[in-house]
Amino acid sequence: MKLVAVVKRECETCKLVEPVLAQIASRAPLSLYSQDDPNFPELLGGALDDTALERSWRLRIETVPTLIRFDGDNEVARIAGWDRSEWEKVAQQTGLGAGLPAFQPGCGSLTQDPGMPERLALAHGDLRLNSRRIEVADAEDAIEVAYDRGWSDGLPIVPPTPLRVAMMLSGTTRRPDEVIGLIPPNLSECTVEKAAANAVMAGCRPEYFPVVLAVIEAALDPRFSMHGLLATLYFSGPVIVVNGPITKRIGMNSQGNALGQGNRANATIGRALQLVIRNVGGGIPGGVDRAVFGNPGKYTFCFAEDESDPTWTPLSVARGFKPGVSTVTLFHGDGVQGISAGKSRTPEELSKSLAMGLASVCHPKLAEWSGAILVISPDHYAIFQQGGWGRPEIEAGLRKALRRPGRDLVQGAHGIGEGIDPSRAKDMVDKFSEGTLLVVRAGGRGGLMSAIIGGWAAMRKKTEVQPVTREIPT
Amino acid sequence: MKPLNGPAYHMLDPTAELAAERRARRAPPASLEGVTVGLMSISKERSREFFDTFENRLVARGLRTERFEKPTHTKPAPEALVQQMVERCAVVVIGLAD
Repeated sequence: MKLVAVVKRECETCKLVEPVLAQIASRAPLSLYSQDDPNFPELLGGALDDTALERSWRLRIETVPTLIRFDGDNEVARIAGWDRSEWEKVAQQTGLGAGLPAFQPGCGSLTQDPGMPERLALAHGDLRLNSRRIEVADAEDAIEVAYDRGWSDGLPIVPPTPLRVAMMLSGTTRRPDEVIGLIPPNLSECTVEKAAANAVMAGCRPEYFPVVLAVIEAALDPRFSMHGLLATLYFSGPVIVVNGPITKRIGMNSQGNALGQGNRANATIGRALQLVIRNVGGGIPGGVDRAVFGNPGKYTFCFAEDESDPTWTPLSVARGFKPGVSTVTLFHGDGVQGISAGKSRTPEELSKSLAMGLASVCHPKLAEWSGAILVISPDHYAIFQQGGWGRPEIEAGLRKALRRPGRDLVQGAHGIGEGIDPSRAKDMVDKFSEGTLLVVRAGGRGGLMSAIIGGWAAMRKKTEVQPVTREIPT
Repeated sequence: MKPLNGPAYHMLDPTAELAAERRARRAPPASLEGVTVGLMSISKERSREFFDTFENRLVARGLRTERFEKPTHTKPAPEALVQQMVERCAVVVIGLAD
């Protein structure tokens, strides 16, 4: 039988049990480790030095004091914090700590300090990272090194140090060497570790990482056509809508300025995907990215839907997921086109008003050609709601208001060559094919306006290019 | 001077760690006489019309052509199609239109 105890000076309970440890040591072999000061406890003439925390890490100490009994190499009993009867059982001794309170909770082990589990896992080989290590010389600035190596989208990146990557990996239970998929255009394997390195660079916190992983997987769904979206001449890039309880947990913005700057999760999750495409996939502007203009959303474009109104059916639910399930929806979008509609007071009028803005997506004479996201503001939604319209009525109303005679849209009509196939002249034509107009509720109060995010022209190939929704595993 | 990062600062390579191999471009044939010129449409609108016109001009000059088509312009050409072109053609023209 052998006893091991771990303490630290900066813990009142450890100080409390100093005489108990002396009692135990006088009766049985005790290996005593101190995490912060080997001179502590003075009553026992100090302790074994565990300021490197290796022994504490190996023993998986979470609280000090901890007392453990071993039978040979096997741990057979353990108690954390001070509890007289439990200590007596573990130590197999009686009469411990007479005069002390019967119970006092312990303190956090230094192995549990922020970043310390990851630091120790790296130091002691429990976490193996396979990426090449690039040394940054003393005189170099890591951020400039990253620029020189072509890792940046133009903005500074957070240097992906092994510790930061290890901390990012703490955001998932997936193994670092697990392959998520092949990233276009080079079809290079993306491991969870490579995703973590790029999420670090983007500025993500570890708790965003499950969202980032779901976003990457959604982008790799063949229905999304990430290669084509990267390669297109058109403006579009991936736009991410996040639904469900995770948006609250990680503090995403779905309200005022939801499509704008200023929220870390919104900003960095979208950026992480773009950095993965760039760094793992090798997709860079001027290379396979052939965009004529691009759009500012190609730095990052990610926001949460506002699900605070129980009368609203969230996008994820409309797309077949259960309420309460967190999801990411990826759409091929370009910039934001605002639509000001302040005079409408009925759902019918408002849907027609919004449809006039939507009709111009891609080109006013193109139909069933691209998709769009319509982001309805709370004030616009209030008008719909007061008129008894929910999601199904709004979608149906928009569809109706967006249906136009083919003769107005065909090539050459109204003296404009652009347009739909002449064979459609006698049809009534929908602006958007089924499933390509996504209606989302977000934004702040105080404005009778909504936002249109135009879609990619290749969505006219509706079996080949589709928005993709994926659950975020929790 | 105090270093910016402290000692032994490392970053993990966020790339796929693939070494790009630069291969010299194959020299174009001295003449198109007697070889097959591949014409690959990427399947955008009017790609076919574009290549019909282009092919007529080549054929009028006595050249041999063969047509290929990607299933969709939204995705890369399937490997089998690329291999077919490599096996059968000395040069390939890939075309857009719209």
